[in-house]
Amino acid sequence: MNLTSLLPIAMQKETIKSSAQQDESVGAEVSVSADVAESPAGRPDYIKVCDFSFNYVPAVRVLHNITMEIPERQVTAFIGPSGCGKTTLLRNFNRMNDLIDGVSHEGKIYVNDQDIYDRNLEVISLRKRIGMVFQKSNPFPKSIYENVIYSLRVSGQKKKAILDETVERSLKSAALWEETKDRLHDSALGLSGGQMQRLCIARAIANRPEILLMDEPCSALDPIATAKIEELITELKENFTVVIVTHNMQQATRVSDRAAYFYLGKLVEMDDTTKLFSNPEQKETEDYISGRFG
Amino acid sequence: MSKFSQKIGGSKRERSAPGEPMVWFSGMWLAIGILMIVFLLSVIVVNGLGVFWPKAVVQVELTEASEAGWKQSQYFAGELHKTQVRRVGSADGEAIPEIQLFVGNRDVYGFGFKFIDEHDVLQRTFPKGILLVERMEYGDLIAFPVKLQLADGKVIEAGDQGFDEELQRAVQRASDRRHEITHLERGEIGRVNQKMERLKMRLKKTELKGGNVKQVAAETKLEQDELQERYEKMAAEAAGLRARQKEETFHYRLVTGEQGSLELGGVVCFYYPNQLSTWTKLGHFFSSIWGFLSEEPREANTEGGVFPALFGTFVMTLIMCILVVPIGVVAAIYLQEYAKQGLVVRLVRIAVNNLAGVPSIVYGVFGLGFFVYMMGGSIDSLFYPERLPTPTFGTGGLLWASLTMALMTVPVVIVSTEEALASVTRGMREASLAAGASKWQTIQHIVLPGGLPGIITGMILAMARGAGEVAPLMLVGVVKLAPTLPLDTIAPYMHLERKFMHLGFHIYDLGFQSPDSEAAKPMVFATTLLLIALVVVLNAAAIIVREKLRKKYSSGAF
Ligand SMILES: Nc1ncnc2c1ncn2[C@@H]1O[C@H](COP(=O)(O)OP(=O)(O)OP(=O)(O)O)[C@@H](O)[C@H]1O
Ligand SMILES: [Mg+2]
Repeated sequence: MNLTSLLPIAMQKETIKSSAQQDESVGAEVSVSADVAESPAGRPDYIKVCDFSFNYVPAVRVLHNITMEIPERQVTAFIGPSGCGKTTLLRNFNRMNDLIDGVSHEGKIYVNDQDIYDRNLEVISLRKRIGMVFQKSNPFPKSIYENVIYSLRVSGQKKKAILDETVERSLKSAALWEETKDRLHDSALGLSGGQMQRLCIARAIANRPEILLMDEPCSALDPIATAKIEELITELKENFTVVIVTHNMQQATRVSDRAAYFYLGKLVEMDDTTKLFSNPEQKETEDYISGRFG
Repeated sequence: MSKFSQKIGGSKRERSAPGEPMVWFSGMWLAIGILMIVFLLSVIVVNGLGVFWPKAVVQVELTEASEAGWKQSQYFAGELHKTQVRRVGSADGEAIPEIQLFVGNRDVYGFGFKFIDEHDVLQRTFPKGILLVERMEYGDLIAFPVKLQLADGKVIEAGDQGFDEELQRAVQRASDRRHEITHLERGEIGRVNQKMERLKMRLKKTELKGGNVKQVAAETKLEQDELQERYEKMAAEAAGLRARQKEETFHYRLVTGEQGSLELGGVVCFYYPNQLSTWTKLGHFFSSIWGFLSEEPREANTEGGVFPALFGTFVMTLIMCILVVPIGVVAAIYLQEYAKQGLVVRLVRIAVNNLAGVPSIVYGVFGLGFFVYMMGGSIDSLFYPERLPTPTFGTGGLLWASLTMALMTVPVVIVSTEEALASVTRGMREASLAAGASKWQTIQHIVLPGGLPGIITGMILAMARGAGEVAPLMLVGVVKLAPTLPLDTIAPYMHLERKFMHLGFHIYDLGFQSPDSEAAKPMVFATTLLLIALVVVLNAAAIIVREKLRKKYSSGAF
């Protein structure tokens, strides 16, 4: 599927425009070497983070000069000890951090060659292209059905056939269909913790976003559901770009193509997953993944 | 604390002993508070409902020496109201037990209640044949029936077969006619009057605008004449009915010996108080409650029902809710969701909180000055210049009263709505925004439904305050006796400019403004009970709605 074809015409134009003007500006700033930017499959980068720093409160930096590329249609894993800023960076990709008072940032983030902090960019259209699964599951106190189709509802989709189809597809993808197909109109709050998390995943993929951000999606799931979600992630990467935060090293090796290790708000190392886990360049990374750390 | 320590187990329980007196102390005060409320409520319920329970009529015979009798008679008959002890002179003087009788027949005696010293009473009897008649005027009649004079000249003596049935039928006939008269005068004639009034106003309007008065007068002449004719026809019809109300009479004899007669048109109902079984008493009890709720007041509000006041209170509270909820909710949404949380918003919030504590009479004065005189005055001079100097909106009325109450209760709604909105978690909002919803969509789909129970709680508080408030209403449109309801069958049906009656003011008026406070007392209790019941019913309805919504919300059916 051609991703740009999903976008409205106006946005496509803007994409082309911004990619044109970006060529000079980014070329200078990107400091990572060319062979890293070009992933093994030779895919173009989809999210580019350029020298990005972030503060929640003035003078307290939680992200320091992060520069990284996330390739299209691949799974990128963020790993690192608790509090190192993985969630913060992830939430910047769809500008969820805008909602917090007093935050500030430096540097740039490009999604599909578009500066997401550009003043002309409509944050709602950005968020419609990005699905997000939060660290804490947060289903709406509505029915399971309404939860799944929420993003379609707010986009004005009213056709019952499409909505029904979306619910079934999304729930099946999130490995929740069998358990809930007979109670779609019951409250989502009656689900178990793990089911709620899978519902949130179904909700995030309902409108087929280009990017799926997952913040520890399996932390509340049993091995079976985890396996299903991992399977889902592998399926999703056919079409979508996936960024996943995980504390589970095995999971990172199983699902991700590339991995980034963060420590104290800095990107320590980013590489192909197989390389990062078998032969890390930095000592800190090696300590962390071999469990000698934290 | 004690609960906690008890759970932990035996050894810890001893350690919490120093806290124990405080538990008893605080518990005691709570108990006292609850007891006081229960006591208050039971006084109101017992007295309020007792009004409707038919009491036996006792006939007392006074001793020869007694001076308590009426003229030469040594008899009295009435409902026994209370027994008490009177002190002669100072508070520790000689104690004299006495009884209070409701003797009725105010037209004859000039009083309704009579105190009689116990030692003046020779004997008490409960005559079976004594009759209690509720009349349109002068309150109850308590007497022995003598005869019934029917329209066709037939006379039925009290002892005759079928006397009671015939009397019942005659009373029913009179009551039917009375309804017919009301229907004619209020409905038909009212409508004709209104049309005539409109024609008159049209004339006056043309005059004010400097138009051709003669032409308009000529145009409307035909209609005017036709209306006049219709009016006269109906007025004659009503007069005829009124005359027939006087044709049949009921003759009676008081225990004191006086004889008298009563037109059946003036009879509301009658019963033999000493012949009632528990069942008929119950029937009478409920039918008089119904009468109280559905009828209009009579005799300076001390008799009859309170329907206009009940209706006025209900409608005013409803309009107030319709006005206050949207205003309060929108204001709270702005404060909580959109406004940048800073010093200004904090100050606004403090101001709103304090507004809830402003004495209600201040709102009344504001309502009178701003709504009635300024807004109402402007509306009158803009839209109803032909009616001036008679004000239309420039005087107290339902709309201004509702607006004043809405203004008074809006802080309550704002505060509880803000709390309700704030209780919707950040995670919920983030999930919605991350799904591509706009801020308003998030408020609409997630925050408002989540806050709905809290918003309704605010409405309940506003309603409870609004329905129970009297002081400001006296300034902006409540009257002791409103000739018409604010809602009727004459277009435009809802007359927001009309003055109305209110239960709270009714209580005040009955209790403190009525000439015969003893006679008004039962009504005060009954009306108080009704006001409490109304507030409870309104609140219960809102609570039921809230629980429904809560269930719906948590089951996600919307
Ligand atoms: N809303 C906030 N306001 C202020 N500081 C915050 C806020 N959220 C996070 N932080 C701080 O930013 C730092 C990074 O937090 P972040 O949530 O990104 O960590 P994380 O890598 O996701 O950790 P974990 O693995 O435990 O989820 C932490 O030191 C945290 O205390
Ligand atoms: Mg995190």
